[in-house]
Amino acid sequence: MDWYLHNILTIVTFLPLLGALALLLVNKENKRLIIQGATWIAFADFLLSVPLFFMYNAEQGGFQFEVRASWIPSLGVQYYVGLDGISLLLLLLTTFLGVISILSSWTAITERVKEYYIFMLLLQTGMMGVFISLDFFLFYIFWEAMLVPMYFLIGIWGGPRKLYAAIKFFLYTLLGSVLMLLGILAMYFYYPKVSGGAVTFDIPELIRVLGPLTDPYWFEMSRWIFLAFFVGFAIKVPMVPFHTWLPDAHVEAPTAGSVILAGVLLKMGTYGFVRFSLPMLPQATRYYLPWMLALSVIGIVYGALVAMVQKDWKKLVAYSSVSHLGFCMLGIFALNQAGLNGGILQMINHGLSTGALFLIVGLIYERRHTRMIAEYGGLSKVMPVFATMFMIVTMSSIGLPTLNGFIGEFTILMGAFTIPSGYGFQVPVIGFVGGKFWAVCGVLGIVLGAAYMLWLYQRTMFGKLDNPENAHLKDLDFREVMTLVPIVALCFWIGIYPKPLFRILERPVAELAQRLEGTASAPVAQDGAAAQGIGDAAAVPAGTIADARP
Amino acid sequence: MSDLAALLPLLMPVIGGLGVLLVVAIERGRAVRLSAGLALVMLAFSAVVTWVPLSRGDSRALFDGALLIDTQALAFQMVFLLVAALTVMMSIRHLEAIGAPRGEYFALILFAVSGMTMMAGSENLLTIFLGLEILSVCLYVLAGFDRDREIPVEGALKYFLLGAFATGFVLYGIALLYGVTGRIDLRGIASHLQSAAGGPPDPLIVVGAALLLIGLAFKIAAVPFHFWAPDVYQGSMAPVAGFMAAGTKAAAFAALLRILGVGLSSPGVQEEWSSVLEVLAIMTMIFGNLVALAQQNIKRMLAYSSIANAGYLLVAVVAGARTGQATSIALFYLTAYTLMTVGAFAVAALVGRAAEDGEGYQLAAFAGLSKRRPALAAAMAVFMLSLTGIPPTAGFMGKFYIFKGAVDADLYGLAAVGLLASVIGAFYYLRVIVQMYLREPGGNAAPAPLSAPEWVAVASAAAGTLWIGLFPSQLLSLAQRLL
Repeated sequence: MDWYLHNILTIVTFLPLLGALALLLVNKENKRLIIQGATWIAFADFLLSVPLFFMYNAEQGGFQFEVRASWIPSLGVQYYVGLDGISLLLLLLTTFLGVISILSSWTAITERVKEYYIFMLLLQTGMMGVFISLDFFLFYIFWEAMLVPMYFLIGIWGGPRKLYAAIKFFLYTLLGSVLMLLGILAMYFYYPKVSGGAVTFDIPELIRVLGPLTDPYWFEMSRWIFLAFFVGFAIKVPMVPFHTWLPDAHVEAPTAGSVILAGVLLKMGTYGFVRFSLPMLPQATRYYLPWMLALSVIGIVYGALVAMVQKDWKKLVAYSSVSHLGFCMLGIFALNQAGLNGGILQMINHGLSTGALFLIVGLIYERRHTRMIAEYGGLSKVMPVFATMFMIVTMSSIGLPTLNGFIGEFTILMGAFTIPSGYGFQVPVIGFVGGKFWAVCGVLGIVLGAAYMLWLYQRTMFGKLDNPENAHLKDLDFREVMTLVPIVALCFWIGIYPKPLFRILERPVAELAQRLEGTASAPVAQDGAAAQGIGDAAAVPAGTIADARP
Repeated sequence: MSDLAALLPLLMPVIGGLGVLLVVAIERGRAVRLSAGLALVMLAFSAVVTWVPLSRGDSRALFDGALLIDTQALAFQMVFLLVAALTVMMSIRHLEAIGAPRGEYFALILFAVSGMTMMAGSENLLTIFLGLEILSVCLYVLAGFDRDREIPVEGALKYFLLGAFATGFVLYGIALLYGVTGRIDLRGIASHLQSAAGGPPDPLIVVGAALLLIGLAFKIAAVPFHFWAPDVYQGSMAPVAGFMAAGTKAAAFAALLRILGVGLSSPGVQEEWSSVLEVLAIMTMIFGNLVALAQQNIKRMLAYSSIANAGYLLVAVVAGARTGQATSIALFYLTAYTLMTVGAFAVAALVGRAAEDGEGYQLAAFAGLSKRRPALAAAMAVFMLSLTGIPPTAGFMGKFYIFKGAVDADLYGLAAVGLLASVIGAFYYLRVIVQMYLREPGGNAAPAPLSAPEWVAVASAAAGTLWIGLFPSQLLSLAQRLL
């Protein structure tokens, strides 16, 4: 028992890998055993991860369940894992959605079953590894290695344009991550110059030493590092204009792939900002803040507008992700406690509600083999259970009170309305754009979000059942309901009683906000000065921002 | 006597080569298998007699300084032996399959190894040149070993002409350096340069060093001296191409590191070649990766990939010259590169010879391999991901180590170019994976089941690639002893 508690993170992370290796030995014709085996492994992994939620000491803060082991001593690389409240929630989301997505694949995947479940399990290990790593090198290994199973999942079991989508996904992400590697290396070599110690990839140590630095040399260097990280994380989030891989990947991926992609993979980008960019490079973060805010709200509004005109159900959901992730980014870059809390909580919410939306699309696609919205209408008459589930999930996505989306969006807007008025752009003709403006754009995004989701619901579920092919659609069976019920239950739980989650987030977020406050007094980071500096440095691009303004 | 013992790593392959020639003369019928077995045994012996002094850290100069058996030489020797052993294991069935069952092949491989040993194990320009010639002559023959077909003969002739040309450059460069400094050993040249430091370098020295660099750039196939590589690799048997890609590159870099690190290491001179090599590295990485995109033939694609990899290694040389880590980084990368590239050529050989007329070497021949030979496809996927630089593979560790070195030397631009070029690389390496996993099998025949030596070669290369990716500590600490 002690052994289990001590190594709980390692066990939870690598159990799927072991499961995948075990599946390798199973005869590929024995599909039943493979499916059941994979489901049990994922379920066991989820059960093993649940104790973390109760054992995590919310009052204590900091990283818990830490394990350190020497790995490549000559490079200062360790196997160092641990959790704080932020990564705890994401880890639980991963194990949870892992079960759901494997459950949803039982009937959807009929070809090359063995390989499919092996890649699903490998993907689980990769994603969890990203969230638990406290060593930058280890983090990078998981971050990159995870690409491979996802590439295969899209490439083998995807839709008609799967090859294109898979390669695009792979190349985009790789491009971002090599630049990130450069940033990591720059910090790795800068650390000993400040601390006098040996080189290290130790994340808490890098935060502790590099975070508070304010000298001009580091400021310049940290801006470059911020940009390098930005490319890596912004592609993953994805922030406009790096989002073009997302609709392709989402539309072509199999249902479970989309669920994981939207539910967990996108969160790695936002997680990267929260874990690395903000605490390690607070000064650079403030320097680029207006840009980050602008890109976030462009993402919110642009994603919503594009979602509104989609004819393809799945593509609509994909673009809604762009919009929702823009919300997360807006909250995070509000840089205050409310915003960060909301941004992180919204990451979880988006994982649940968009995961469920992709499941819904998958369920209907399995029955009708089309995703065109125009093909549907009046489904609520033949599939009442399906329609009910879809309604709840839609409401969760829109942000109806008593459901999770509301809590997240509300908290984010609370944070966004307190963004200091200095953060913005001096735009010719219009004048100063910033401050409350960002929050107003967020509100606009919520309205647009309600519009496209409700319109989707109306077009597919209500109206006359005029397409004869839809007349005899089978309603959800028990297994299908069971893939959605846990998500819906969680949506209600977070919507009605979010306190446990906020309690877990409280300490790490407070620490983060404090770090950001700590450097706010540095000369370059003062609100007025920052806005001034940005305005000067970005005289030309500021015009383009103004043009792109909704 | 102990001098002779120190010479054993070099002697073993030579004795083995002579033994193979004897076996071939006596036993015509079973020549291939017998001589392959003998070659493997001698390579294993050589590995043992190399490992013992390497682990002890022995270092010894022989023949009045003409040969230098030190840690660097011995470590490179291990790489050469690895390349040769994998090549021998892959070649037995291949020689029979293409209708050229001649045992002399293995003698040539062993002699080539002895040439490489001399290149890595000397600080004397003449010995280095001698090693280069021994290696090159063996390779000219090996390139055209499938002598009944046109393409191999054309490739071999091309290789011979361009190679002879490059050798001329090297020799002329050596002659000029000798003419100015009056010394043929690298340390002597270095001390001459050191004493003349301050004033502008002698133009003859610059020309001599440039000619020497050009000659070696030919051997490592750096852009713009790379034109022979794709044709020769395409013409050669796939195992030979793997041997050339990994072995020749390792040997040429071993020599390059000695020449630059010892002979031309004085500050003023170093800046000169360093900026030249930086440009070469950038051109090689970008050009190699870009042109590889357009290739439909796996051997040509791997040829351009090997060009790109020469570019990464040049980054190691340039960056390492500032931090003193060049040899360590290059050795680590070359070990990783050997496993993945020889492995990739091995799979290419197995797939390629299943079809007639070289059709099997088209990328399309890999279609559906994962359904026909899942294990073989998995191994190839490991090699391709490793060449791309995806963790946890040796290729990632190697690239990481190189670009870490570049950042350490404050060469951020070079590191960025290299990393971005390697993203281009992902595209064509993935194409092989796409063929194997995402396409249905075509009309071509499936590769035959693997013979035992082939199985061992492919499996050990794949396992080694993963092992170094996951647990690089041992190899790293060995490499770091070279600092």
